[in-house]
Amino acid sequence: MGNVYNSLVEIVGAEYVSNQPEETFFYSRDPGLSEPHNPDFVVMPKTTEEVQKIVLLANQEKIPIVPMGGSLTLSGLCIPLKNGIVLDLKRMNHILEINEQSRYALVEAGVSHGVLQSYLNRKHPRLMHSAPDAPPMNTVAGNVAIHGSGHLSQETGFHSEMVQGLEVVLPTGEICYTGSCSVVPKWFARAPLPDLAGLFLGWLGTTGIMTKLSIRLYPKPLKKDVLMFVTENPDYMPDIIYNVTETKMAEDVNLFAQPKPDWAEGFQHTVINITGNSEEEMSFKRRLIRRSLHKYIHNKVGGFMFVLPMIKPGMMEAPMRTLSNFADVEKGGGFEYIGVIIPTENFPILYRDAIQIAEKYRPKWSIMCRVIGRGHSMMFSYAWPFNRADPDDMEMAKKALHESNISGLKSGGVIWKPEVEGQRMMMEAMDPHTLKLLQTIKKTLDPNGIMNPGNWEAK
Amino acid sequence: MSRLKFDKKICASCETYDCLVKCRYQYLDLEKAKEERWKLIKGEDSIVLTDCVTCYSCEEYCSYGNHPFYQIVDLQEEKGIYPAPKPITNQQIKSVAPIGKRKAEELDDPVVSLCAFPEAKRSLKGNFFDGPPSFIGRDYFCNLMYLHFGKSSVIKERLPRIIDNIWNDKMSKSESKELLCYHDECFGTFTSWAPAYDIDVPFKPIYFYEYLYNQLRENADHINPLNSKVAYQRPCSNRLCPEQQHWVDDIFELVGVERVKRQFDRDEALCCGSILRMQGRDDLAHDLQKKNIEDMVAADVEFCVFNCPFCYYTLSEMVKEKNIKPIMMVDLCNLAWGDPKK
Repeated sequence: MGNVYNSLVEIVGAEYVSNQPEETFFYSRDPGLSEPHNPDFVVMPKTTEEVQKIVLLANQEKIPIVPMGGSLTLSGLCIPLKNGIVLDLKRMNHILEINEQSRYALVEAGVSHGVLQSYLNRKHPRLMHSAPDAPPMNTVAGNVAIHGSGHLSQETGFHSEMVQGLEVVLPTGEICYTGSCSVVPKWFARAPLPDLAGLFLGWLGTTGIMTKLSIRLYPKPLKKDVLMFVTENPDYMPDIIYNVTETKMAEDVNLFAQPKPDWAEGFQHTVINITGNSEEEMSFKRRLIRRSLHKYIHNKVGGFMFVLPMIKPGMMEAPMRTLSNFADVEKGGGFEYIGVIIPTENFPILYRDAIQIAEKYRPKWSIMCRVIGRGHSMMFSYAWPFNRADPDDMEMAKKALHESNISGLKSGGVIWKPEVEGQRMMMEAMDPHTLKLLQTIKKTLDPNGIMNPGNWEAK
Repeated sequence: MSRLKFDKKICASCETYDCLVKCRYQYLDLEKAKEERWKLIKGEDSIVLTDCVTCYSCEEYCSYGNHPFYQIVDLQEEKGIYPAPKPITNQQIKSVAPIGKRKAEELDDPVVSLCAFPEAKRSLKGNFFDGPPSFIGRDYFCNLMYLHFGKSSVIKERLPRIIDNIWNDKMSKSESKELLCYHDECFGTFTSWAPAYDIDVPFKPIYFYEYLYNQLRENADHINPLNSKVAYQRPCSNRLCPEQQHWVDDIFELVGVERVKRQFDRDEALCCGSILRMQGRDDLAHDLQKKNIEDMVAADVEFCVFNCPFCYYTLSEMVKEKNIKPIMMVDLCNLAWGDPKK
């Protein structure tokens, strides 16, 4: 191991390698419920070439390697289950290109959503990207690797669908490109080539290390507003989503349900964000959306809440800080935020299940959902804080997580960014030929099994 | 007999049906109004019950001092014809229910009730005021808004407790026992609605504008006339205490602004639209807001002056779009308040 340490120092410099417990400790865990595992080394490369050298070294020494962005998945995906090297990519933090005309950003893997957003605000105020509702330190690359979603996902799909090109260090050390950048020196599209980006998106870092990516940018409207539709029956939700998305007038559509504050208990809140460049446009959009839900209003079973102007900015900010605040409401350092991607028509089943589970195990909980791609699917998430210092509370939180995974699958969903146990459940449910293909691809790309081992591993 | 009790005999002898014919939101001709009037008297289903936007105006339009609005609201609740969708009504009922977060304190005069509007506290710390003691919150909220939801029963249930809370926690040790009511709705509740239902009000409600006026008059040398044209957005809750309307003109005169003559002011004032939106009457709200603001624009005003924070929330951005400055009355007074004239 001493040789490995010295080799790593040779690659990135002593300042950016550590095997000291006070540093590896922080890389052994995340705020979720997964058990900690210590890495042997933490390394912070600066360039793709350094990443390549580290991967070659790991291959040579047969040492596991776990790529890490913001480490905010909360499902232990950057915890080194079989020890080895955690590759912290935060030093690769350059925004390499903003193409105003073709609207994309080319960034290194350690660029966070917060940095990209701030950069665009300052230098390219007419452009925006889709920000997830996570703390701003979460990285663009990490988020696409888990099929994250954000404020523009209702209109345009998962963040992984917004990727236009990748630079990847393969598990065997080759540097490889996907999309237009593999043919010409521009990162503007994945089509019309065979879509190799799919070999790295959703694989949780088991097939390679993304070092650069191009992500779509969008026009930034001048005005924002938010409408909130309130119902007391989850059975209405699929139709409400259908009607609102049919108008094509909403930028973002979210739902939340929670027991606190007291005015929220028992209601489903559909939060509809609209944007535009003039009051005339905003007014038109508001009216069409309101009309789309007229039958609920007419039947007195749903209505638009009056959203106080002082509350609106918080509801329209991206990312929403309220979610991060909720994460620490127990003051116990634990937060679980799991999700299921579901077809919208399955919302009522999962909603009822989720409330039952929450009421059984968690005093403080929140259900938050985001409509993806005009209603093709929904990201249905459960969130609850827990007290890490209280073993009973930890146990209850683990039971809630386990039951939520079972419920998610049973209700026709697919577990999002699953922890190892969730991955196992999905692989058990998976078509056997698909599972075989998955394992074959993984084995082909990573013959030594060094990439984030323990994840997507069938027994 | 309660002052607010609807008198069927008075209504039956009426031949003008002003309450319905003058209504700005239900377009009933004399014949139709006559027909619907009888239904209201008999307590039958009527289009009035379903179409009423709950603006209180009919109380003011009735030439005989009768109380058609309370008959409408009572019938709405009795028949379950609620103006707003059920989830909105239920959520509103929950959202400002008393929660037992009370604080007993000895407050110096003048004590101001800010109802349920925390942001109003800011206005009390301008040039004009020196931060008079005020209170706010769900345990002190008048609850009269439930008239907009056809839920008089909620007011009846909560108000006695609210008045007790105000008295015990805030007013019993006050020297003057006078409570300045920032919002028309609180003043209307304590001076009109509560006595009508035999609910004792142990303190003396003072209309906020009366206090503003007296302060301005006593300190006339501090006032720099604003020399502006203004539109006033009269709130629906002022229909509960129309006799207080004159304070608006009195204050405007002292601060040197001209309340422009426009179509939708005074008795003809239009609802801001917030309640209509909650009731789901979006097209109507849109039309009213458009007409109202166009009327202000045509009168070439610099300010749109508000009393009700809800009207302000609803219309302020819209008037700004038309280059009209939205301002609360107390802030207008703050604006006019300058250094003493030498």
